[in-house]
Amino acid sequence: MKRFLYELTESWKIAVAQMRSNKTRSTLTALGVVIGIVAVTLMGTAIGGIQVGFDKSMAIFGDDVLYVSQWPWKPVDDWWNYRDRKKIKTEYAEPINRIIAATPNSNLVIAVPTSSLLRSVKNGQSEVSNVLIRGTVSDYLITSTFDFKEGRFFNDVESRGGANVCVIGYDVADALFPSESPIEKSVLINGQRFRVVGVISRQGTFLGLFSLDSIVVMPLPAFQKYFSAKSDSDILVKVKDKTKLAEAKDELTGVMRRARGLPPEKKDDFSINEQQALKSTLDPIKNSIAIAGLFITGLSLFVGAIGIMNITFVSVKERTREIGTRKALGARRRTILLQFLIESTSLCLLGGFIGLGFAYVMCSGVAKAFPSFPIQFSLGLVVVSMTVSILTGLFSGFAPAWSASRLDPVAALRYE
Amino acid sequence: MTSDTRSSEPIIIDIENITKDYVMGEETVHALRGVSLQILSNEYLAIMGPSGSGKSTLMNMLGCLDTPSSGRYEFNGRDVSAMSDDELAAIRNREIGFVFQTFNLLPRADSLRNVELPLVYAGIDPETRRERAAHVLREVGLGDRLHHKPNELSGGQRQRVAIARALVNDPSIILADEPTGNLDSKTGDEIMTLFENLYQRGHTIILVTHEAEIANHARRTVRLRDGLIESDDGGFDGIKNLPVEDPLPADAAVY
Repeated sequence: MKRFLYELTESWKIAVAQMRSNKTRSTLTALGVVIGIVAVTLMGTAIGGIQVGFDKSMAIFGDDVLYVSQWPWKPVDDWWNYRDRKKIKTEYAEPINRIIAATPNSNLVIAVPTSSLLRSVKNGQSEVSNVLIRGTVSDYLITSTFDFKEGRFFNDVESRGGANVCVIGYDVADALFPSESPIEKSVLINGQRFRVVGVISRQGTFLGLFSLDSIVVMPLPAFQKYFSAKSDSDILVKVKDKTKLAEAKDELTGVMRRARGLPPEKKDDFSINEQQALKSTLDPIKNSIAIAGLFITGLSLFVGAIGIMNITFVSVKERTREIGTRKALGARRRTILLQFLIESTSLCLLGGFIGLGFAYVMCSGVAKAFPSFPIQFSLGLVVVSMTVSILTGLFSGFAPAWSASRLDPVAALRYE
Repeated sequence: MTSDTRSSEPIIIDIENITKDYVMGEETVHALRGVSLQILSNEYLAIMGPSGSGKSTLMNMLGCLDTPSSGRYEFNGRDVSAMSDDELAAIRNREIGFVFQTFNLLPRADSLRNVELPLVYAGIDPETRRERAAHVLREVGLGDRLHHKPNELSGGQRQRVAIARALVNDPSIILADEPTGNLDSKTGDEIMTLFENLYQRGHTIILVTHEAEIANHARRTVRLRDGLIESDDGGFDGIKNLPVEDPLPADAAVY
C-alpha cells in the first residue's frame, strides 16, 4: 500500500516534469480535451437550463390542481373515441362544488370553470394577435398562483355580474400600453370594450413555445356573452392534500359522473388531467434531446481523447530506454502502467480545468446577455466534467501505458 | 588465499548448463549453448568476449533481465529461471545494481532523485530515501553535486551517480556493462578505482567488457566464445574450466 503511494507520487512528479518540458506539445494536446470539455459542459448547462425551464413551465399548472377536460394530456391512438365526447361545460362547476361541500372529508377544495379562446386585443392603433382570452370566476386565484404587477383581480361581484372588466398579461400590457399604466384604461376585443383592472407580472414562456404573458382574463359571464361560440372549457379542481392526488382523482371522477348523470355501465366521457401526466408525456422527449446533445458533444471529447492517446504513444516510444532503465531498477509492470496512465490523466485534467474555466466564462456571458435563457452552471457539473476528464485520461492512456508496461527490459534498454 | 577461504564465501549466483535461443525470422540463433558458472560473494569478475560471443546475453541472464531457454539459474538459492516478470523486477530491485555504458540517468531528475529511484520501487519512505541517496552519493565523491541534473555533470560524474544508484539498495551484486566505454581513459581509470574500492569493501562486482585492460582490474576472468565459456581462470584459486594452453593473467596470480 505504502509502496503504491510512493509510486503514485513518483509518477505524478514525472508527469508534471514531462508536461513542463514539452509545453507546446502538452498544450496542443490538452486543447482537444479543452474543446471537448467546453462542448460537453455547455451542453450540460443547456440541458440543465431546459430542465429548469421545463419545471418552471410545469409549475404553472400547479401540482395540486386537477384539470377536467375533454381530451387527456397525452397522445392518444383512438382519437375518434374522444372527438365525439360531450363538451365539458362550465356549468358543471356549480354541481361539483355543491357535491364537494356536501361530502365530509372531501379531498377536493373547489372547482373553478375556465373557458378560453384566441383573439386579437387592441388599444387604438396597437394590436396584439393570438392572445389567450380566458373567462373564469374570481375563485380562479385559488387554483392559479400569480402576482400582480399592478392593480388587482376582478372581484366576486364583477365575476357574477359579468362586468366588462379584465386582467391583462405582461406582454399584452407591454404592447398596448408601452409608456403608461393600463389600469382603468380599456382594451378592445371583438369590438367590445373591457376595462383593465390588473396587470399580471411576467410569467415567462411555456417550454419556450408560447408566452404565458399573452393573456387576458375576464369574468365568465362576460366571456360567454361575447365569445362562447368556439371556446374550449376546462374545470380546474384544487386538491386539499397533494400527496393524496390519486384519491382526489377517484373522488373527482365519481363527482363528475354524477354531475354528468352517467349510468354505471358507461365509460367516463371526460379526462381528468394533472401536471404529472403531462410531465411523464414530455419527459421522454426532453430526455432524448438531452442524450442526442450529449452524444454529439461527446464526439468532440472523443477526438480529444484520441489526441491524448496519440501523444502518450509518442511519449512511450521516445522514452523506451527510460522504461528499460526503470525496469532494470525494479519497476514492475504496474508501476510503468501507472506512470503513463497518470501522465495521460493529468494532461486530461489540465484540459478539463481549462475547459471548465472557459465554459464558466461563456455561461456567465450568456446569462448576462440573455437573462431569460435558463442556464445552469452547477457544482455537480464541475464534478461531472472532472470525472469525465479523468475517465478520458484513463481511457486514452490505457493502450499506450499497457504496451509500455509489457516492454521487454532487454529490448527496451537496447532501443536507440 | 586458499581454496578453503574461497569456498567459505556463500554462493550468490549458480548457473548450470543454461542455453538461450532467439528466433530471428527463419533461423534460430543459439546465443548461449550451455553455460555453467558459479559466482561467490565478494568476487570481482570480468566477463569477456568478442561481439556475438553471447556475452550480452549472459549479462542479461545474470541481471535477471531475461530468463534462459533451458538450464538452471539460482540466485541466492532461489530459482530464477521460472520467475514472472514482476518477481524478476523485485530481484533486480533488491539484489542487483546496474551500471550501464550510457549511464541511463533520468535527464530531468537531479542526482538525488536518480539515486532514489530504486528505493521508490522498493517502497522506502521519502525521508529514508533522501538520507540513503545522499549518503551513497557522498561515498562516490559527489556530496557537492546532490542537486545537479545529469546535463550539469561531467561523464565521470554521471557514471558515479549511476554507481551510487546501483549501490543504494545494498545489492548482492553490481553488474557493470562496459562502464568505461563512454569515458576518456583518465576518467575511466577513476571509475575503475572506485570499483576497486567497492570490491575492497566487500561488494561483489561483475564487469562485462571487451577491453582486456579493463578486465585486468578484475580478480577472475571468464571468456566467452560462440555461446560457450572458452576459459575461466577461476579467480582466487586458479584452476576452473581452464584450458591448459591459456595462461593465467598476470594480476590474477597476485591474489
